[in-house]
Amino acid sequence: MPAVQLNNIKKCYGALCVLDGINLSVEPRDVVAVIGQSGSGKSTMLRCINGLEQIQGGSIDIVGHRIEPGTHSLRSLRKEVGMVFQSYNLFPHLNVAENIMLAPRVVKNVPKQEAWETAQMVLKQVGLADKVGAYPDELSGGQQQRVAIARSLAMKPKVMLFDEVTSALDPQLTGEVLKTIAELAAAGMTMILVTHEMGFARQVANRTVFMYKGQIWEEGRSEDLFAAPKTPELRSFIAPNLK
Amino acid sequence: MAYQMHFGPVLDRAPEFVDGTINTILLSGQGIVIGLAIGLAVAIIRVEGPRWLDQIAVAYIEIIRNTPLLVQVFLFFFGLPYIGLRLSADTSAIIAISFNLGAYSAEIFRAGFLAIPKSQIEAGLALGLTRLQTIRYVVIVPALKVVFPALTGQLTLTLLGSSVVCAISANELTLAASKVESLTFRSLETFLVAGAIYVTLTFVFRFTYWLISLWLFHRKDPARFQIAGALPHGQERVEA
Amino acid sequence: MIQSFGFSSLPILLHGALWTLILSASTFVAAGIFSLIFALLRVLGPRPVRLLIAGYIELVQATPLLILLFLAYYGLSFLGYYFPPLAAAVISLTLYATAFLADIWRGCIEAIPKQQWEAADALAMSTPQKLRYVILPQAFRISLGPTVGFLVQIVKNTSVTALISFVELTRAGQLLNNMTFQPFEVFLTVAAMYFIICYPLSYYSEYLQGGKRARSST
Ligand SMILES: Nc1ncnc2c1ncn2[C@@H]1O[C@H](COP(=O)(O)OP(=O)(O)OP(=O)(O)O)[C@@H](O)[C@H]1O
Ligand SMILES: [Mg+2]
Repeated sequence: MPAVQLNNIKKCYGALCVLDGINLSVEPRDVVAVIGQSGSGKSTMLRCINGLEQIQGGSIDIVGHRIEPGTHSLRSLRKEVGMVFQSYNLFPHLNVAENIMLAPRVVKNVPKQEAWETAQMVLKQVGLADKVGAYPDELSGGQQQRVAIARSLAMKPKVMLFDEVTSALDPQLTGEVLKTIAELAAAGMTMILVTHEMGFARQVANRTVFMYKGQIWEEGRSEDLFAAPKTPELRSFIAPNLK
Repeated sequence: MAYQMHFGPVLDRAPEFVDGTINTILLSGQGIVIGLAIGLAVAIIRVEGPRWLDQIAVAYIEIIRNTPLLVQVFLFFFGLPYIGLRLSADTSAIIAISFNLGAYSAEIFRAGFLAIPKSQIEAGLALGLTRLQTIRYVVIVPALKVVFPALTGQLTLTLLGSSVVCAISANELTLAASKVESLTFRSLETFLVAGAIYVTLTFVFRFTYWLISLWLFHRKDPARFQIAGALPHGQERVEA
Repeated sequence: MIQSFGFSSLPILLHGALWTLILSASTFVAAGIFSLIFALLRVLGPRPVRLLIAGYIELVQATPLLILLFLAYYGLSFLGYYFPPLAAAVISLTLYATAFLADIWRGCIEAIPKQQWEAADALAMSTPQKLRYVILPQAFRISLGPTVGFLVQIVKNTSVTALISFVELTRAGQLLNNMTFQPFEVFLTVAAMYFIICYPLSYYSEYLQGGKRARSST
């Protein structure tokens, strides 16, 4: 059974249909890269998958939950689906440990000791074990983003969504975040990641999806898709990146 | 036992309310004009003046802002005779309101001046304008635009705050209402009517400020000059 | 009874000042509770509730405090309730302060970026949890400066209750003036006492807001 399945979903703002009949199926342990031009609907699709945006047609099946137009109670779903944002969105009034422990403590009622141990474990995973007591504004962008990944991991999600998590970062900071994500992929996490890093998509994602004008224009195994794009749109999209 | 509202006896006193309303408009109108003039002068002193004058200005502002208007009204009303000025309650009220608004508006104007980039002032001086001319022609309108919402908010507070001068029997709407109340014994109705008049006045005043803002800022909007071709290329637009 | 103004008059004023403080504190606590509720409903409530609160804020901000005070004191007693001056004072001051404080706090809540809400959403937090752990702690920090500043307005606003003969600092001054006929000395002392209460608050408020800002008030 797929971990995530999008069945013909639709999302419109007025007359503009940002998602126009999207079908996508993601198997457990899949790493799916989503690429496409700015405005093609990549973020919107991710946001629909964990219910930050309401869909207007179709349905989404995700780790045993179903989202349809009008679905409201999404909290049980969000406990199992992590999301990492482009702008990190750490809580500035809490230190690293508190950022990570907050949701397990209040949402899942995990005992303090256990939450603390999980926090240390996920911080080690992202290579920031020495930053437990730091506040977000004391960290570099790359470190903040890795804490955000750790915060999401601490909820022990079954699926993780990444929305251009490196596009606010310098190249050298990008590297450390991508390395963290690659390690997660190697550990078998199911992930959907929107990215502008073509090389990374090609290496880490086993499948790549190209979005164009609110539709999935082309998809396939990453190697095949990058090596032999079928549509002219994808060809012209990846051409500048292959030089 | 349910209370029956009777607005009849109160509305029979319409002339008193009309008088009171006119007096409130005159009182706060004069207070606003004088108060803004004081505020502008004090703000200029604070930005441009010598240090000793600035310190006096700060003392004035802090004293006014940290004491109630009502006490200031009493001080002016009872205090001015001590220095040989025997003024009517109405005049004392206008003076008190003016000095009160002067302090608040000075800080608002100053914030506006400080929001104007130094380069604008330097450009004015480089053209040979004096500092005061620079303020007059280069700084005031953009500065006013920045603080206009804060300023009109303060003017609304001044209009409504003027009601406390009924304490020295200065003629205005609340005093008129108190008189009607003691004649009709219809307290609830009387003060509801007075409240409704104040609410209306507030919206009328706000509408007036809006018209003034259109006249002040729209007229000087370089975009319009540009359409008319009056603004030469490359001339920088004054951003608020 | 004519006496002259001097140190012997101070107890009367100090007693009045005490009531000014009591009135201010009661108003702040009551208005604080209502303002928190109103600010939250104004941001999160269903549309009719949001409009209702916005209407309340607009209406009260367009009415003089003195009229609210007279309505509570003279007006409501005709409805069959007797309102002692203290009750009328607290009720009207609270109604008035709430309209401003709720507005200030709404601004503080709205100043928290929407991404903070979304991050908490993505972590499966419920609305009360989002407020309790993510939004309100941050909004609270921003609100400290303006709130302390507003406390100064509350203290000054209590002076109008003198006009329904509630004996706080200003009324104490009036009474003392009637005894001594030395209005200038009396009201200068009264003003000084207000200043002693308000100035430290103003100073602290500006310190919290990091530097001087233009404030507005009556
Ligand atoms: N709240 C909204 N109201 C109206 N239009 C919106 C809204 N949010 C997004 N859009 C539109 O939806 C389209 C898709 O946006 P989306 O953010 O999903 O694109 P994207 O593929 O993630 O682009 P980028 O690479 O720039 O992040 C855009 O044209 C955007 O303008
Ligand atoms: Mg996007």
